[in-house]
Amino acid sequence: MAGFKITVERRLLPSKKLEIAAPILSILVALAISAIPISQGGVNPITGYYELFYGALGNKLSLTETFAMFSPLLLCGVAVALAFTCKFWNIGAEGQLYCGGLVAAFFAVNAGGLPAPVAIPLMLVAGFLGGGAWAAVPAVLKVKLKVDEVVTTLLGNWVMYYLVSAILFGPWRNPKTGWPESPIIADSTFYPILVPGSRFHFGIVVSLLIAVAFYIILKKTKWGFELLAIGGNPASSQAMGISVARQIVLAAIVSGGIAGLAGVGQVAGIHYHMKTDLSPGFGYTGVVIAMVGGLNPIGVVLASFLMAVVVQGTQAMHRATGVPWALAEVIQGIILLCLLVGIFFTKYRVRRVKA
Amino acid sequence: MIEVAADAQTQPNVIEMKGIVKTFPGVVANDHVDFSLEKGEIHALLGENGAGKSTLMNVLYGLYRPDAGEIRVNETAVTFDSPRDAIALKIGMIHQHFMLVQAMTVTDNVILGLHTQGVLIDEKTAENRITELAERYGLKVDPKNFIWQLSVGEQQRVEILKALYREANVLILDEPTAVLTPPETRDLFVILRKMRSEGRSIVYISHKLEEVMDVSDSITVLRAGKVVANVKKTKTSKAELARLMVGREVIFRLSKSEAKIGAPVLEVERLSALNDMKMPTLKNVSFAVREGEILGIAGVSGNGQRELAEVLVGLRRATGGRLVIGGRDVTAATPREIVDMNVGFIPEDRVGLGLVMGLPILSNAIMKKYRDLSKGLLLDYSLASDYAGGLIREFDVKTPNMRYPTKTLSGGNLQKLILARELARDPRLLIAAQPTRGLDVGATEYIRSKILEQRSLGRAVLLISEDLDEILSLSDRIAVMYEGEIVGIVPAEGANVEEIGLMMAGSRRMELAS
Amino acid sequence: MTSPTELVMITSILAMAFRMAAPLIYGTIGEAFAERCGVLNLGIEGMMLMGASAGFLVGYGTGDLWLGVGAAAVVGMMLGLVMAFFTVTLGAQQHVAGLGMTIACTGLSFYIYRISIVDVGGVPPHVKPFGTIPIPYLSDIPVLGDVIFNQHALIYIGIILVPLAAFILFKTRFGLSIRAVGENPSAADTAGINVFRIRYLCLAIAGGLSAVGGAWLSLSQSGMFLPGLTQGRGWVCIALVVFCNWSPLRILGGALLFGGIDALQLTMQGIGWRVPYQLFLMMPYVLTIIALVAVARRARAPAALLSSYKRED
Repeated sequence: MAGFKITVERRLLPSKKLEIAAPILSILVALAISAIPISQGGVNPITGYYELFYGALGNKLSLTETFAMFSPLLLCGVAVALAFTCKFWNIGAEGQLYCGGLVAAFFAVNAGGLPAPVAIPLMLVAGFLGGGAWAAVPAVLKVKLKVDEVVTTLLGNWVMYYLVSAILFGPWRNPKTGWPESPIIADSTFYPILVPGSRFHFGIVVSLLIAVAFYIILKKTKWGFELLAIGGNPASSQAMGISVARQIVLAAIVSGGIAGLAGVGQVAGIHYHMKTDLSPGFGYTGVVIAMVGGLNPIGVVLASFLMAVVVQGTQAMHRATGVPWALAEVIQGIILLCLLVGIFFTKYRVRRVKA
Repeated sequence: MIEVAADAQTQPNVIEMKGIVKTFPGVVANDHVDFSLEKGEIHALLGENGAGKSTLMNVLYGLYRPDAGEIRVNETAVTFDSPRDAIALKIGMIHQHFMLVQAMTVTDNVILGLHTQGVLIDEKTAENRITELAERYGLKVDPKNFIWQLSVGEQQRVEILKALYREANVLILDEPTAVLTPPETRDLFVILRKMRSEGRSIVYISHKLEEVMDVSDSITVLRAGKVVANVKKTKTSKAELARLMVGREVIFRLSKSEAKIGAPVLEVERLSALNDMKMPTLKNVSFAVREGEILGIAGVSGNGQRELAEVLVGLRRATGGRLVIGGRDVTAATPREIVDMNVGFIPEDRVGLGLVMGLPILSNAIMKKYRDLSKGLLLDYSLASDYAGGLIREFDVKTPNMRYPTKTLSGGNLQKLILARELARDPRLLIAAQPTRGLDVGATEYIRSKILEQRSLGRAVLLISEDLDEILSLSDRIAVMYEGEIVGIVPAEGANVEEIGLMMAGSRRMELAS
Repeated sequence: MTSPTELVMITSILAMAFRMAAPLIYGTIGEAFAERCGVLNLGIEGMMLMGASAGFLVGYGTGDLWLGVGAAAVVGMMLGLVMAFFTVTLGAQQHVAGLGMTIACTGLSFYIYRISIVDVGGVPPHVKPFGTIPIPYLSDIPVLGDVIFNQHALIYIGIILVPLAAFILFKTRFGLSIRAVGENPSAADTAGINVFRIRYLCLAIAGGLSAVGGAWLSLSQSGMFLPGLTQGRGWVCIALVVFCNWSPLRILGGALLFGGIDALQLTMQGIGWRVPYQLFLMMPYVLTIIALVAVARRARAPAALLSSYKRED
């Protein structure tokens, strides 16, 4: 046998260069790999990707649509990233989004008399509380009863979805249209549209503010320090006097609340009713965003934008070339998996050495 | 390098290792090491912690792949891809941290990985053979027991049985007596000598000079990854070995100032608690630690020391009794309250309980001070880095950059970091559990001197250690723990080591004033 | 004394319980193998869907349903190996790898379906599902005969799978090695067991079985491949493993319990009770959560679950 072998050794210091390069490379590799299903679908990948990028960024309409998607994705990304920071595996952002939307819509439908500068902040609070409350359940189950939160948050999504459905098909069905949606929200609670003639709404402001808040929390506050410690080693943190259980529940509530704000945005910025199809899986994409963004605020912003481009662009590609829309999910999954390969290379050095 | 003229070799060497090199990120663990084992001898591999002894034997056992060098077993060159290859050549290893599956029975652990069984497991046959082997060698163990039911000493017997079951001709023992009481150590030596008389060859890894001089035939000394000596026991002395191990004269006793004892700081009254398996692990433990004194708790690991420390810092709930610190009843206190009472804690499990390895060194340094370094919700990071920098310099934590992840620190520096963090707050009570375990002599001396410094400052120190020498040299009073109880408290001055050894083994108890 | 119609209804519910339990049996046993060796396979939902999709496409394309099942098994095993690559070889965080797999495979399962099927307008392509195979004599027993012995082939296989899995896990050398790897990989490695190989094998088994569970849904239950086919059953399997304390024999009972509730829910819908049907659809998930809470205290997970193992770290 030829005289060489492959060695894998752990790096003493994780390579900073690679830590930044890894997400970028993984995205590129993922897009390259995704060319395979595209071509299997009978479409030239180059054409397909052209349609994707043009459809997401190519003209004013596309851009506003992309940003309209960027807003909830950023919120979900931050929500999940915050929870993941203290290793609370919140896969329930989708359900928290719906719950936030539900509570906010309930307020908004009945907010008739209030002026917008009062109504909108209150609606945001309502949505935050809704999402936060829904996230509190699996969090309390985890800290008090040691129930693993991955499954509880996940299954919670289905429970909330059916709850919303039951409500919208039942007592809260829109009497005017008969559709399974809530009555329309009050005028004063409509998110202002920032670019006339488009769906680019005020939600982006909320999202960016939350992203900045996330940055401040992590880099500058006591609480952020504690969350990082808990995520690194809960036992040590407890021994140092950090109240691990309380902080995890708090983080979960804030995380759920932020996801709830995404729901508010969907209600007040896009649909103006509470609907059963409020989100095409933003909560789940939030998980991908959080990981690809490396759980840090800047990364999350960039990753959210990228995912918005992918989702929006795939829709456009679908319309233009007939490539099934399911490709968006495929690409997201492959990006995440490629990222794991990238992470491996930041932690380990692979070399060919003479045996 | 001391070379003694070799006596005429009557038999070929069972094991020959030549020029072994093994590196890990940042450290050369084995630097061109030569090692040979004669048939029917007990060969000690001596060196302080971190010298590379375990690494060398892990290479021999196939767990590590050497970067360079050659291994010969019975004159034939071999390469091991995994322990399976070593086991096939009748090499067995008993690790320092037992390689046992807690949730399984003794039998299952012994037959694990064996191929002679075929597809189906035949537990009956295995049990019979295990019982037979156990009787032959005086290793009392019931094959039907689960590992978690066994004491540490019994678990070690299972490890030995594993090797014997596989008919190991070469046995490697890594620091076997770390977990044994003095009487158990004597029993172990009897077993080893019996194996030697059967023609088996034994490698005995240790840093304990007494034992090495007692049980071995020849000794190889490692220092900082290199071999510095290969001698026959009869031709050397404890002092010479010590000097070879460390490279300089070793001070065996630290100087201690006169004791100035004050009021009690920690009062433990009839404390009881359960362990993770919900079994009683602390039974009516009572003692007190006063200002200016070091109370050493002696005892082999696994007799409740870890759980005692956890109860004292609020990580484990007491099921009975009282805990008083500085006059305040803190029996039901949270860890936060204990920290706020200015109690310092150096946990036994450095990495698992003492630090957050993934965070920067700076963050770990400020772990107990960050609240004071904050204004409202915001943490002042520039203040924090000043504070951390000061600590790191003062306590000589060697790192090029305190923003590097904590896991880049070596074992000794990790402990110094913990020490720095705790002592910086000038704790009125310091609880130090196994503070020098696994550290090299330099770090060990430093930590011990710092502990003595606390004492001369008039602070109280509770020292929990399985190293009897450490207890004897540092403590003012010595309490012995056995199976969750304090079986004796004696003054360190003029203490009878034999008595303490017996208490550690459970053979003696004192009448303690309640 | 139950009336004949009540008896018929009970029989039909019980028989349905077995059918609803089938994907849970396959998926949960597969997941148990994965978790017993220390890997949490969150990719199970995606693997089920891929099994459903691939199985349907091959079954539809070749006209041979068993070929479809076989294809699903192969696809599932390959996906299991991919999961193993990420978690075992790369040592990636198991939660993330699993989610990535599920997201990718969920999308992929619909993608390959869409590009393979040309819509013939209106009626989605379907196959004639597996029929029942009554066992002679035994199927004549009142009630029990119809419930247990007049079932589909895949259910018979599933029922046999349970004691087989238990046997493998507890009575063979292979099973002992699996359990050791899941409890203490260092100990297993030191004993000469190839930790990587065991984990790869178990994940292949997990993937294959989950995919067959998915194939059941498309080839046996509905005869079609639809969005939302699995209804999150993969996740229920994850909870079921905990609920049944990682024990294959208990998994049969647990799966039947959940299957029974599903069957009850469908029957209630059919009867037209005036409770919103969504409440029934919600039930499996609520119950799963309750089940998890109930057992969390005393559940004993394999000690090394979620840990990646690298020898020289």
